[in-house]
Amino acid sequence: MAIEPAVVSPATLAEAYAIAARGAHRPVAGGTDLLVQITGGIGPPPDRVLDLWRLDELRGISVRDGALELGALTTFSEIRASVACREDAPALVEAAATIGAAQIQNRGTLGGNVMNASPAGDTLPVLLALDAELVVGGETGERTIPAAAFWPAYRRTAIRPDELLVRIRLPLVADRRQRFRKVGTRRAQAISKVVIALAWRGDPGSGTWREVRVALGSVAATPIRAAAAEAALEGERPTESTAERAVAALVGELRPIDDVRSTAAYRREVAGRVLRRLVRDEGRW
Amino acid sequence: MSYHLTVNGTATEVAVPGMRRLLDVLREDLGLTGSKEGCGEGECGACTVLIDGAVAVSCLVPVCQVDAAVITTVEGLATPTTGLSSLQQAFLETGGAQCGICTPGMLLSGQAFLDSGAEPTDDAIREAIAGNLCRCTGYTKIVEAVALAAGRRDETGA
Ligand SMILES: Cc1cc2nc3c(=O)[nH]c(=O)nc-3n(C[C@H](O)[C@H](O)[C@H](O)COP(=O)(O)OP(=O)(O)OC[C@H]3O[C@@H](n4cnc5c(N)ncnc54)[C@H](O)[C@@H]3O)c2cc1C
Ligand code: FES
Ligand code: FES
Repeated sequence: MAIEPAVVSPATLAEAYAIAARGAHRPVAGGTDLLVQITGGIGPPPDRVLDLWRLDELRGISVRDGALELGALTTFSEIRASVACREDAPALVEAAATIGAAQIQNRGTLGGNVMNASPAGDTLPVLLALDAELVVGGETGERTIPAAAFWPAYRRTAIRPDELLVRIRLPLVADRRQRFRKVGTRRAQAISKVVIALAWRGDPGSGTWREVRVALGSVAATPIRAAAAEAALEGERPTESTAERAVAALVGELRPIDDVRSTAAYRREVAGRVLRRLVRDEGRW
Repeated sequence: MSYHLTVNGTATEVAVPGMRRLLDVLREDLGLTGSKEGCGEGECGACTVLIDGAVAVSCLVPVCQVDAAVITTVEGLATPTTGLSSLQQAFLETGGAQCGICTPGMLLSGQAFLDSGAEPTDDAIREAIAGNLCRCTGYTKIVEAVALAAGRRDETGA
């Protein structure tokens, strides 16, 4: 039997907030997670659905107040096609390109990836590495939550049930470099086994790295930052010996799990190798 | 609720629950059974349609999200007056279809690729059909069909 919960499709964000304030509505953006969950009987189906698709207020990519801002409904195809994203968030563009294939990229949204809160959500490590700010809103107004505090536990977010995710802000940082790497089973449409996003400010004179961020997906119950690996790279140049120390720190701090997609030992080993490769590319050794 | 969509050029109104999957509206309510259900989870691409010209898997799209949209299914590719589309003709020539389950979705992903005007390199064609699984052909003949149709498009400017 098809499960077809009641749905309401407001045309304005104000109406959507009013509906969310009444509670008990599950939002749907592109539906590429929610419809899989409903059809597959993964968890109890929602009684009522709040369709966000008509809310143009949640669309658009722009540079505002020192940040690249993306509306929650921005699709992965839009991210890939955006000049502003290619310039200021190339790691996000790379992540978007690995998510499903064209059919999924045309409808799946950045906001849906954030709110689905899967530890394998491919954009989440990028948002951590770029110090993203998640702007959420409701009838009582907007508030901003740093990415580092947004995913407190397995598949949980810091949003309240009466709130919606409105936009994602990526503060612009001078001289920031960023890299992304996803290890999956095949090129297209593969759920990741390990994802790493790396960001740092390169000192133009000395070549040392500052404000280093190492963020990973699929290696813990939530997307995480690897504090020990970051500390090993901070203030250093990307030499082979620095890479060795950072890899040892990373392998020491990761506590991945065994599951159907991979084993803990494989993930720890691969994460270390990917980090080494990324540092080597930059140091050209 | 009732929703208005244009399906293969015909303005259509459907009075159905808004969370009904577009795939079910097409197959059950409108009798357009060309779009196939393989997995129902977005993985196989057999249910691929064009929504306002862009590929989507109709098993993951609630009909409330296509109100006022233009939908193209495999039934919209050939017409009684013009016959098979150039891509359909190319599939016949290269042997791009075997059991046929993936074919409607392949045709729409291929059509969207042709419409994009992108250069038909092997890599680009393979990326365009990466969301469509085929258990029969090994993909080579499908890629050849898209390349053949792209070549004819570029020759005739059509
Ligand atoms: C075949 C296939 C391949 C995939 N491959 C990948 C992959 O490689 N990597 C990856 O990370 N993901 C992948 N996904 C998962 C999915 O496409 C992404 O997580 C996508 O970003 C979800 O976005 P959506 O808009 O479709 O979300 P939806 O399904 O609409 O929503 C997801 C969740 O977020 C909530 N939500 C959405 N928007 C908001 C909002 N603005 N405010 C509050 N709550 C909201 C919904 O209530 C729901 O719980 C894949 C899915 C499929 C079907
Ligand atoms: S049936 Fe829709 S993708 Fe498989
Ligand atoms: S022809 Fe049989 S699945 Fe493609």
